[in-house]
Amino acid sequence: MKKFLALMLTLLLVMMSLAACGGGGSDSGSGDNVIKIGVFEPASGDNGAGGKQETLGIQYANFVQPTVTIGDTEYNVELTIVDNESDNSKAVTAAQNLVSQNVSIVLGSYGSAVSIAAADVFADAGMPAIGVTCTNPQVTADCEQYFRICFLDPFQGTVLANYAWENGMKKAYCLSKQGDDYSKGLVNYFIEAFKGLGGEVVEEQFPDKNSDFTSYVANAKKNGCDVFFSPVSTEAAALIIDQAEAQSLGMPILAGDTWDSNVITEAAKGKKVDITVTTFYQEGGNADFDSGIKKWMEENSEAMTNNGGNTEIAAVTAMGYDAYFVALEALKAAGSKDAGDVLAALPDLQVSGLVCGDVSFNETGDANKTEAFVKKCNTESGTWEFVKKQAAE
Amino acid sequence: MGFIQTWLPYILAGIAVGGQYALIAIGYTMVYGILRLINFAHGDVFMWSGLIMVYLVTILPLWLSVILVIVFAIVLGTTIEKVAYRPLRSAPRMSIMISAIGVSYLLQNFALYITGGLTKTYPTISWLQRTVTIGSASTKMVTLVTPVLTIVLVFLLVMLIKHTKIGMAMRAVSRDFETSSLMGIDIDRVITVTFVIGCALAAIGSVLYFSNYTGIQPMSGAMPGLKAFVAAVFGGIGSVPGAVVGAFVIGIAENLIKGVGWTNFSDAFTFVLLIIILMVKPTGLFGEKNIDKV
Repeated sequence: MKKFLALMLTLLLVMMSLAACGGGGSDSGSGDNVIKIGVFEPASGDNGAGGKQETLGIQYANFVQPTVTIGDTEYNVELTIVDNESDNSKAVTAAQNLVSQNVSIVLGSYGSAVSIAAADVFADAGMPAIGVTCTNPQVTADCEQYFRICFLDPFQGTVLANYAWENGMKKAYCLSKQGDDYSKGLVNYFIEAFKGLGGEVVEEQFPDKNSDFTSYVANAKKNGCDVFFSPVSTEAAALIIDQAEAQSLGMPILAGDTWDSNVITEAAKGKKVDITVTTFYQEGGNADFDSGIKKWMEENSEAMTNNGGNTEIAAVTAMGYDAYFVALEALKAAGSKDAGDVLAALPDLQVSGLVCGDVSFNETGDANKTEAFVKKCNTESGTWEFVKKQAAE
Repeated sequence: MGFIQTWLPYILAGIAVGGQYALIAIGYTMVYGILRLINFAHGDVFMWSGLIMVYLVTILPLWLSVILVIVFAIVLGTTIEKVAYRPLRSAPRMSIMISAIGVSYLLQNFALYITGGLTKTYPTISWLQRTVTIGSASTKMVTLVTPVLTIVLVFLLVMLIKHTKIGMAMRAVSRDFETSSLMGIDIDRVITVTFVIGCALAAIGSVLYFSNYTGIQPMSGAMPGLKAFVAAVFGGIGSVPGAVVGAFVIGIAENLIKGVGWTNFSDAFTFVLLIIILMVKPTGLFGEKNIDKV
């Protein structure tokens, strides 16, 4: 009996692995008139929520514009989505997976650390990649294959420091996560700019997998700071907001683009907290896009779930949408679906008519952007309110 | 006064998280005491209790959900024991340990599958999450409830072990597995009761822990589980009061270290403590001397 059971289980496993292979096989064999765009985003782990929202933008764009005409041929665009699990080592595997599936171009990732980790894989394969919202300078600095359509952390850090200084904040508490290139980088640039303006800074870090932020909030209070700057992942953010309320933090919380998410507005709803963020897009910036994607999410329950259960549009979703169209323009300019040709076409590319502003690249492959949106959380209605556009001069 | 004012928030946070670690650590230490098994899946039972609460609260009233969460944790824990540990009871100890690690990964990945990797927000238990002010520190009610509840539960548990028939059976089994079974003690029943108690406490711990730190994701059980395990080793694995003392020491020390400003080393401290204990006093604070029986 036991032997029989063991045999059946073995058979089942073999069949499942065969089935998995079969699935992969049919994908790579699908006709000539298909172009594959790789989506390199986290769907789980610390940045899972944000990654899913960014992917949503790409998926919606693919829904709006499922084909691209290169020369005289019309190609169907297919998204190849992999999950980098917000993990630097898994990111490399996920990137290799995309390369081996022969995609023409890669979009992503949300979270700079995984992009930096995967940059070598893309460089070795000569695979062009467009960072959507990864703002750490290192993503594109040493990698000729990496481009990006968002602003950078030195810029964002300066914008945030200016904003804090202009609003009379003199001493800042800065919290980042150990080993996280995004939050650490942004905190460093913020500190640089803030000290330059004459401000004082207390800097601390929390370890990976930490969920106890009690002491960090207590430290900020103990040190008599005026502002709590913590541009960390949304998962940690929800916990920080919770503790800020419990201990009545009594100072505004400031963060970067990651916090522009409905995870934050949900967490802050009904609480006595003051949250301000800088970001790429403000809902209402493009009425057609707003109404279109809302309708799409309402009709598509999975998309709605991935967006966190409502149709509030995150800036990363708008950026994902833009990234897809930049990729299409690149394919058109290249005149072929070969990754090498696309890579050659990218540096001179100029794309207009996008949701978050025009895109052109400078010599390191970064987008030329000069302004960021400042938004504040309305804790009564649980929505973002536009404050101003802030430049970095 | 100034000193107390400065440190009160950290000590309160430390006592609270220490109490929560203690409730998990008891599960580790009791199972080890009886089966000589480190139940690696225990932290994940804790995580699952939290996760189930998130789903239950959407359809049931709060008080009923809390009760059902405890029932769920008990069912999950005893099922794990029946399916993954009992068939291996006569196998080498390493096999059963590997089985425990396997169960742990299974639970984590199943949670990943169910939640899609997104963090779930724990339901609000308004009474526990109310903000209270003590002197200079304001904190959540749960911070005050945790240590009291922990100590009451541990007291009851110690009474159970010392003064009831099943408690006596547990002590006998932990001393000598084979002899006690020869003496007519139903080993399976004793082990089941051990898992029932351990998992029920872990479920109560999850309610307290996640009311304070409201995000749950598949890896949420890993860190608290690991720290509770260190607490159990520190206190002398196999000893219930030892695990509780160890948990409070770790919780408080962790938060004080953060308060001093060495935030980078708060986790490192816990594990350095583990290494030091294993080197200096491997039996832990309250551990029994292990006499090899022939």
